[in-house]
Amino acid sequence: MRSKPVILVLFVHLCLSLLSFSLAISSGDGYTITGRVKIQSMVVKAFGTHAKSSNVKVILNGGQRVTFLRHDGSFSFYNVPAGTHLIEVDALGYYFSPVRVDVSARFPGKIQAALTENRRGLGELTLEPMRVEQYYEIREPFNVMSVVKSPMGLMMGFMLVVMFLMPKLMENMDPEEMRRAQEEMRNQGVPSLSSLLPGAARST
Amino acid sequence: MAMAIRVFLLSLLFLSFADHSFSLYEDQAGLMDWHQQYIGKVKHAVFHTQKTGKKRVVVSTEENVLASLDLRHGQIFWRRVLGANDAIDGVDIVLGKYVITLSSEGSILRAWSLPDGQMVWESFLQGSKPSKSLLSVPINLTVDKDNVILVFGKGCLHAVSSIDGVVLWKKDFSAESIEVQQIIQPLGNDKIYVVGFVGSSQFDVYQINAKNGELIKHASAAFPDGFLGEVLSVSSDMLVSLDSTKSILVTINFQNGEISFKKTHISDFVEDHSGIADILPSKLSGVFAVKINTLLVFIRVTAEGVLEVVDKINNAAAVSDALSFSEGQQAFALVEHVDGKVLLTLKCSHDWNNDLLKESVEVGHQRGLVHKVFINNYIRTDRSYGFRALIVMEDHSLLLLQQGATVWSREEGLASIVDVTVSELPVEKAGVSVAKVEQNLFEWLKGHILKLKGTLMLASSEDIAAIQGMRLKSSEKSKMTRDHNGFRKLLIVLTRAGKLYALHTGDGRVVWSLLLPSLRKSGSCEHPNGLRIYQWQVPHHHAMDENPSVLVVGRCGPNSDASAVLSFVDTYTGKELNSLGLVHSVAQIIPLPFTDSTEQRLHLLVDTDKHAHLYPRTSEAINIFQREFSNIYWYSVEADNGIIRGHVLNRNCIGEVVDEFCFDSRELWSIVFPSESEKIIATVTRKLNEVVHTQAKVVADQDVTYKYISKNLLFVATATPKASGEIGTATPEEASLVVYLIDTVTGRILHRMAHYGSQGPVHAVFSENWVVYHYFNLRAHRYEMSVIEIYDQSRADNRDVWKLVFGKHNLTSPISLFSRPEVIVKSQSYYFTHSVKTIAVTSTAKGITSKQLLIGTIGDQVLALDKRYLDPRRSVNPTQAEREEGIIPLTDSLPIIPQSYVTHALKVENLRGIVTVPAKLESTTLAFAYGVDLFLTRMAPSRTYDSLTEDFSYALLLITIVALIAAIFVTWVLSERKELQDKWR
Repeated sequence: MRSKPVILVLFVHLCLSLLSFSLAISSGDGYTITGRVKIQSMVVKAFGTHAKSSNVKVILNGGQRVTFLRHDGSFSFYNVPAGTHLIEVDALGYYFSPVRVDVSARFPGKIQAALTENRRGLGELTLEPMRVEQYYEIREPFNVMSVVKSPMGLMMGFMLVVMFLMPKLMENMDPEEMRRAQEEMRNQGVPSLSSLLPGAARST
Repeated sequence: MAMAIRVFLLSLLFLSFADHSFSLYEDQAGLMDWHQQYIGKVKHAVFHTQKTGKKRVVVSTEENVLASLDLRHGQIFWRRVLGANDAIDGVDIVLGKYVITLSSEGSILRAWSLPDGQMVWESFLQGSKPSKSLLSVPINLTVDKDNVILVFGKGCLHAVSSIDGVVLWKKDFSAESIEVQQIIQPLGNDKIYVVGFVGSSQFDVYQINAKNGELIKHASAAFPDGFLGEVLSVSSDMLVSLDSTKSILVTINFQNGEISFKKTHISDFVEDHSGIADILPSKLSGVFAVKINTLLVFIRVTAEGVLEVVDKINNAAAVSDALSFSEGQQAFALVEHVDGKVLLTLKCSHDWNNDLLKESVEVGHQRGLVHKVFINNYIRTDRSYGFRALIVMEDHSLLLLQQGATVWSREEGLASIVDVTVSELPVEKAGVSVAKVEQNLFEWLKGHILKLKGTLMLASSEDIAAIQGMRLKSSEKSKMTRDHNGFRKLLIVLTRAGKLYALHTGDGRVVWSLLLPSLRKSGSCEHPNGLRIYQWQVPHHHAMDENPSVLVVGRCGPNSDASAVLSFVDTYTGKELNSLGLVHSVAQIIPLPFTDSTEQRLHLLVDTDKHAHLYPRTSEAINIFQREFSNIYWYSVEADNGIIRGHVLNRNCIGEVVDEFCFDSRELWSIVFPSESEKIIATVTRKLNEVVHTQAKVVADQDVTYKYISKNLLFVATATPKASGEIGTATPEEASLVVYLIDTVTGRILHRMAHYGSQGPVHAVFSENWVVYHYFNLRAHRYEMSVIEIYDQSRADNRDVWKLVFGKHNLTSPISLFSRPEVIVKSQSYYFTHSVKTIAVTSTAKGITSKQLLIGTIGDQVLALDKRYLDPRRSVNPTQAEREEGIIPLTDSLPIIPQSYVTHALKVENLRGIVTVPAKLESTTLAFAYGVDLFLTRMAPSRTYDSLTEDFSYALLLITIVALIAAIFVTWVLSERKELQDKWR
């Protein structure tokens, strides 16, 4: 059970890195956008989900077209008209910034890409998923503090304080003062703990 | 001191808020939620059973899903959901390891790895002319030792290498004005025949060299009678088609480039032939099937082109393609319905009288007719041939039949949900013992001790497994009775197949299902489809003995002027109580806020002629209705013309027949948007059943503002026509988005706001006094979400109690159509990273709990986003008072916290809608997301402040109490002893 995370970290080397774009001019009325998605060996925490590259989708313009990754992480959109487009990567367990892609009509063959989240331009650069998404809270291992901090823990703690610290405090008090305080108490009729309990009447 | 305590408490409160309120531990997955995976109605199926190893069937569906299913149990090995415009036209397996799909009208060819569904290659096939798309994988055709896939699409024939998807050669037919019907590749031959029609009366054959795509021969022949419909290839040089009257079968022989026609009257085979004949598109060899009304005639074609009837079968449901199972032997399956059972017959195409198999299988009566059948063979242990059949039923379910029994079935109808509503479960009756389900006290305590062990990390691995199992299948959540917290309900879903399912919210099982008879294809109703589903009768108080029922509204055709059908279904028993085939159409359905003495809700159905029809048709209903006659207003949106109209009831219909339940309507107002600059792209209103707890909102410094809460507000978004398409088609300069808030009673525009340089698609949600909408900002090239909040200013002076009692009220001040409502509107926008498919908002029983938005993202996940992030009062530096109130400092984009995905590590593929249902417990709401998959979870937007959480440890509480009692006694004894000592002293 415990060794699993380690194994996962060792084995899960998903390569995902960027979208490097190249453009092929097609004879039709559109262009081809070709890119690469590579999930580089990031710190993959063992929380059960990691995108298998086989189920990574690449989405153009909010669902207009959907394509999938090949073995090497590459993908293509064909017959895309000139203009400014948006590409999103849907990989469960990773957070990708959408990418703005300008397909130039004036200079066929020119394509510009930039991450929309931080406006970083992408040339033949590589882009990593911005982060690994952890869908579950990590369960804190058991520790004494969590029990102590719980309402019941606080109750117990208070009890203990009363039981062990109070007598100590009493001892440290000056016996004179103590006697006076007890006297006062008796005069005021403040019931002692024992007098509250059944059978206390017997003792007094 | 008091100040310090206050600060401490506030900071505590703030801390607890700052925590994302929806988050799960991994071991809590599946505890409060369930997830079901579907694929949709199967279109094509290819079996892969030759090799040893996993036996599977690869299917493509109408939901554009490609999936590999385990043939033994029906589970999904893998599944790929293609885009919405990427319908799959053909599926096949090549080289025994790749699945080939042809999609997007024959322009995209993809190969997928058979074991894991990884895409291997993808080819874009260019062509210019829309045409039929055909995929054919010849068995023995190789070019340079490479198996070739033949694809016809967009007017071009392509030969594609099956190893890497490279186009080997291409032959363009788009210039030839031929409408290609078939690609024929005779076995063991290097020739390909491309056959088709030019116009309707000329038949053309192109002979093409399979090695290089060169044209060998082109022949054509005129057929003056004209063709209609499809051609079917019967053998390698013989085709069958129908003439334009559909009464003559035409056999076309094109051997050696000579084309000859032979006509045979259908009446030669069937004496009383009337009606339309159709050739069934089944790939059988030497035999074809013609469907004449309900009669299926199998006709054999001899080598000379003579037709002879082999068999006539009445009421046959489906015929499979031929399957070659041993040397030269071919079989096909024929499915009939006999006595409510499915009769599966396997026939050998050469020896008609010898049935290979004849079995009758019970498939359940709520599945309807068989729509499709696919067969596969296997070798039994005694070396004889056995067959299995995969059948697709009318309700879209998928069944595997083998040896006269159903091996597995999948309820694929649930992949295409049209509408959802909820129904309560029956109240627990006195006779039902609770203890029976709840186990005895010892068991209960044991369970909690186990849990405590888990918390203290003392549990062994088998203990942990036991704990997890116990939590997951607690019988508590799947009981068939109402629970105190209102978590257990029935979800009533209507599917595209016209089937109604009742799903239990506890575990998602199907409680009952009903294939609605009124939504099945019949003589009077050719293309029925279900539209909406409404709660018809929700009994409570005095009508407690009645069962609740739902109203299903359907329509007999794709157009809005088709006549309507209504069906009433009891939600406890799943029986149809009543159904009505209506004479009028249905354009709008308005559930009215009135119920009759049996708690039946009054509904107003507005038809396309703007007549309103009242249901139920009882005199009691009409009495209630007459009282409220002048208070009923509605609006209609004509998105194509850019007009929104308001309507009011006028008087009873004037017609030949007096119908006191029919009313004329009168147009009250209309808003016409300029068609050259604004096109309606989205409208949204508040949910009718939404509960608002209070109109007042206390803001910082003890001030009060009043929410403008009106059920008659409509949010409308319009975009410039150029920018109403998809992203990438418009530039920022030519795009603008305008949003309106319109009062639907008076037609007054309360607020108008323009977002220049933005475009749709707009997804919006309206709740209480706010709208949140999502759109695309072209200048920043990012998605944005905006919030509009609307406040009532007319009561703004009513700040203290005296003014509230004696001040100006909405109720006391005169209301005029022309008086301008005093409202103020606040708005703010934020960036949002993802594309959105749908947005919903949580709803709770009393509306006290704060709200969360449920955002269905493009990745088919559902994100819960606190409404506090979309608050127009957010500012960069909130004041101390605002901070205490919980205002979050302004950021330019909305945070996406992975732990707040309510779907956690799951996906709801092809997400289409999210429905929220309040539970009885105020803090809790049920959220149901549907698409190809179904997902239901229970969420608490402000945490479960009114009940203990599931992981509350009762054992720890017990131990604490015991320990405290023990401590009390110990201290008592000690103090008594001490007192005694004191006294002795």
